[in-house]
Amino acid sequence: MSTSPTSSSPAANGPDVFVVGSDLIKFGRFPDQTPAKLGAAAAKLALEDAGIGIKDIQAVYSGNVMNAAAMVGQQILRELGQTGVPVSNTSNACATGATAMREAYTAIKAGMYDLVLVVGSEQLGKAGLMMAGGRGGISPEGVLGSGLMPAVFGEAGQEHAAKYGTTLEQFAKVSVKNHEHSMKNPKAMYQKETPLEMVLDSEMIAYPNTKLMCSVNVDGAAAVVLASPKKARELGMKRAVKVSASILTSDRYSERNLTMPDFNTCTRDAAKLAYETAGIGPEDLDLIELHDCFAVAEILHYENLGLCKEGDAGRMIDEKETYWGGKIPVNLSGGLLSKGHPTGATGVANIVEIVQHLRGEAGARQCEGAKVGLTHVLGIAFGSACAVHVLEKVNA
Amino acid sequence: MTEQATLKPIKPFLKIPVGSEPYIEGLRCESCQAVFFETHLACPKCTTHDSLKPSKLSNTGKLHVYSIVHRSMPGIPVPYVSAIVDLDGGGTLKSNLINVDPDPKKIEFGMAVEIVFNVAAQKDKEGNEYLAYQFQPRS
Ligand SMILES: [Zn+2]
Repeated sequence: MSTSPTSSSPAANGPDVFVVGSDLIKFGRFPDQTPAKLGAAAAKLALEDAGIGIKDIQAVYSGNVMNAAAMVGQQILRELGQTGVPVSNTSNACATGATAMREAYTAIKAGMYDLVLVVGSEQLGKAGLMMAGGRGGISPEGVLGSGLMPAVFGEAGQEHAAKYGTTLEQFAKVSVKNHEHSMKNPKAMYQKETPLEMVLDSEMIAYPNTKLMCSVNVDGAAAVVLASPKKARELGMKRAVKVSASILTSDRYSERNLTMPDFNTCTRDAAKLAYETAGIGPEDLDLIELHDCFAVAEILHYENLGLCKEGDAGRMIDEKETYWGGKIPVNLSGGLLSKGHPTGATGVANIVEIVQHLRGEAGARQCEGAKVGLTHVLGIAFGSACAVHVLEKVNA
Repeated sequence: MTEQATLKPIKPFLKIPVGSEPYIEGLRCESCQAVFFETHLACPKCTTHDSLKPSKLSNTGKLHVYSIVHRSMPGIPVPYVSAIVDLDGGGTLKSNLINVDPDPKKIEFGMAVEIVFNVAAQKDKEGNEYLAYQFQPRS
């Protein structure tokens, strides 16, 4: 591999950034709501969690994909109070929420604000991840292969199978695990046991992805409040969580990049920078929320994030190392496969999950003694975006 | 006078010369030799300006990976094999892999394939037919 796009770690300077409030709404289907009403509901919970009101917020960073041009952030303020503060609306495919988070982080880092709000929201309905045909001519779908996401990720998974002999069963086990995890997450879309046979016997969508190995499209919203050290101290450090890295990468050129999206390289780039910035290695992590948009993707990301040696990801899931109570638990929330994947909210919801564990407030699914956690999301459209955040418990 | 329906290429980089076989025309960077299928102001790989020049690509290649699509958009017959193929001499293309059983046990990574040119079943609103490139195992 050639050198990383950014040779030095960003954010070496500037004040520390803390999460002082965070929460999400239960993910599900809410056809009578609007994205802004969902976002506002999550924002209200996060503000209450921080013990502040909207008047204390100096800037709002809103992420939404399907309504990217509708100023969802401003609509959220109509629900909570039109204070006239700057509002940035962000769209970056499935990395949208995490990109909004990073914009907010950057603003605190720059010393511009002491207290800002991040909201990710999405109301997908039944549109799902299917892609429309091109302009004019005829649709290439089914003639020139497939542009549908289950096939695109199927092909990515097959790369791992071709190299390392990874089996359909190993991929499927990811879905079994994440469904098991979400049985203890009351805010997940699903809370039901999903044994291996059920995953394998569900409808084959695009080999090797069966229906239960595809993420579930839901409506949802999540929000966090970020603070400068000064404001975090004022609000009380006891429940504060430090953001020790906030990294965003895009897809640099790689060999087949323009034919099959390469989400491995941008994830590896982001992970490397995140570890450097936080001054840690993968061995220091206690838990991870990563982008399991398809079961095969989670397997690839074990290696992309450096959790195991190259080609060892299949063994990791076989030996349950990424289960609750395992060596390095992954997606204790249930992940996108079972908690659900409300596009614009996903990258914020991951942060909320890690924060709950670091505070010791994750209830029945608590990762015991968690001190450091990592979130990872990935956006793919006509390009890729990867965001990685490292969060640390503050010893106050 | 009604316009004559014509056979059009499904993608601009598929060339249909009169009196000879269709072929795939890529754009090769003069500086780093990377191959693309759309014009860009600079090479996405090495960033050299105005370096992409038309280049006739090979008709043969190797199967990199595939997926077998069992559920697609309404009206599209399933199953079909979506294949990523590395062309001999450079360039990576995606298309259907035909004349194989849509069964993972029957499809080998790295197998030799060749491009075949087929008229797509679907026509556009004006009734034009489209020529498509697809892959099949090399005989
Ligand atoms: Zn070049």
